[in-house]
Amino acid sequence: MIKVHVLVGLVALFVACTRDNPQTTTTGAQADKTSFTVKGSDTMVILGQRWSETYMKEHAGITIQVTGGGSGTGIAALINGTTDICESSRPMETKEKDDLKAKQKGAVAIETKVALDALAVYVNEKNTIKEIAIPDLAKIYKGEIKNWKDVGGKDAPIVLYGRENNSGTYAYFKEHVLEKKDFAAAVQTLAGTSAVVNAIKGDEKGIGYGGIAYLEGIRALPVKKDAAAPAIAPSLATAQDGTYPISRFLYFYTAGEPTGNIKKFVDWVVSDAGQKIIADVGYYPLPKK
Amino acid sequence: MTEMQSSEALPLATEDKAPKPSLVRTSRLGERIAEGAVKFVALTSIAAVLLILVFVGKEALPLLYSSEMHQEVTPGALVSVPGHVWQPVSETPKYDVLPLFVGSLKVTLVALLFAVPLSVAAAIFVAEYAPKKVREYIKPAIELLAGVPSVVVGFFALVVMASWVQRAFGTEHRLNTLVAGIGLSFAICPVVFTVAEDALRAVPGSYRAAAMALGSTPSTTLARVILPAAAPGIAAAIVLGFGRAVGETMIVILATGNAAILDGSLGHSTRTITATIAQELGEVVVGSPHYRVLFALGAILFLITFGVNFLGERVVMRMRRKLAGAAK
Repeated sequence: MIKVHVLVGLVALFVACTRDNPQTTTTGAQADKTSFTVKGSDTMVILGQRWSETYMKEHAGITIQVTGGGSGTGIAALINGTTDICESSRPMETKEKDDLKAKQKGAVAIETKVALDALAVYVNEKNTIKEIAIPDLAKIYKGEIKNWKDVGGKDAPIVLYGRENNSGTYAYFKEHVLEKKDFAAAVQTLAGTSAVVNAIKGDEKGIGYGGIAYLEGIRALPVKKDAAAPAIAPSLATAQDGTYPISRFLYFYTAGEPTGNIKKFVDWVVSDAGQKIIADVGYYPLPKK
Repeated sequence: MTEMQSSEALPLATEDKAPKPSLVRTSRLGERIAEGAVKFVALTSIAAVLLILVFVGKEALPLLYSSEMHQEVTPGALVSVPGHVWQPVSETPKYDVLPLFVGSLKVTLVALLFAVPLSVAAAIFVAEYAPKKVREYIKPAIELLAGVPSVVVGFFALVVMASWVQRAFGTEHRLNTLVAGIGLSFAICPVVFTVAEDALRAVPGSYRAAAMALGSTPSTTLARVILPAAAPGIAAAIVLGFGRAVGETMIVILATGNAAILDGSLGHSTRTITATIAQELGEVVVGSPHYRVLFALGAILFLITFGVNFLGERVVMRMRRKLAGAAK
């Protein structure tokens, strides 16, 4: 009973927040904020934290708050004016950009590519399968292939792990692997990529997907674009030259051109100093032009 | 109710004794302020419950009449999507709540299956057999379980218990109904135990004495006299445990795997109402059909737990009154 009250109370609070204060945080319009927030993608939250820690060390007097929640949550926050920078692991949709314009006095969503991520297909260390083609992967996640032996593995059922539907990784996978078809009902949706990794570590029959940075104690399968293409393992080189078929950019979004300290931070992130940090976290820096 | 009675009774008592007038006045004033404050707090919490219900219901209501909503989802479609699919983020969103209800029910029943025998047995031991010294330690220890944050229980279920259960039962999914149910039983044990133990202890000593005097052994006394007398209370304990379990969120979100599969299997992953609301409400567009459906789920869940808890409390109260009357 109490649980329900708390939950509903939180929900009420959440709605109250998202609804009632669209103008409380200025979104880049006001110059030289010394304290600003970065919110969004769970995939990027470690990255954002590492960036902000280093940046704050080098720039005294600046405070940056980094939180996760999912790309969708971050974009919603940008639209509602409750964050200064939105981290997203997928591009903003046209509808979301229109919403932003409508809610933030015509502000245009400004996109900055900040890093590169290879979406890894995770399996347990003990899984004997060598590689996977994207069409097979799609069939697995649509529930059409249900046994590992159909894709060259042992005779065992496939156990599907994925992310909940506010995740940018979920959206990216759905669009680029499933071609917008629905996931099978049997996909277990876990809160966060580390939960997926943890589950697959303990499940020989499991398969999952997520950022390459989370690879630990599990294996990332080399991926083939189609049945005839060569299998490509996710790596810096294959992600940067685009041969790894499911690599993606990670983005910062601001409402309107960033100004003042926020602009300085964004510029620093894409500079060599900022890009150097990406490798430590496990993602890939942007290709040099 | 009790505040009302005391507010009438107190001035009479002070008038009888009649101390110095000034003293009476100040103490009366202080008394009144204190009373008012307590009453206000009590009423606030009742008002909060009602307001939450109104708010949740209001957000869900357009689902019933708005034609804009009906383009995407009608109340009938909530249980009649072919294949009973819950897939709210999709080209054609599918909102079939049946797998979620079955999921909540499955997990709750498993939890009760584990928690009820354990807690009732513990309650019988503590109330009937344990020496006073032992009782003084066991009762708070069990009740301390209620203080373990559910996220901790859930994490334990996710990381440790899931592997045990899979090894022991060879379940197909590592995270499944059984794991979540067992995890959940930790959360409801204290509730069931406390209420059941209270019920047993409320059985007047005269019952025991009478049974003993007629020559029954302690076990016969327990089975034929104590348990039947406390039965409504024990039933209420189970009902309250149900109410607690069906509303629990964190443990099930971590331990069920959250796949909206509609089946009766305990070895498969499942998705509960609470987990669905918690996972999906963070991103939905305010006012969208998805948003309304989540609020409708919340409202229904609210009514279920409210009804169940109300029933449980009523039974406990009635039993207490009856036994108190019988003891005189």
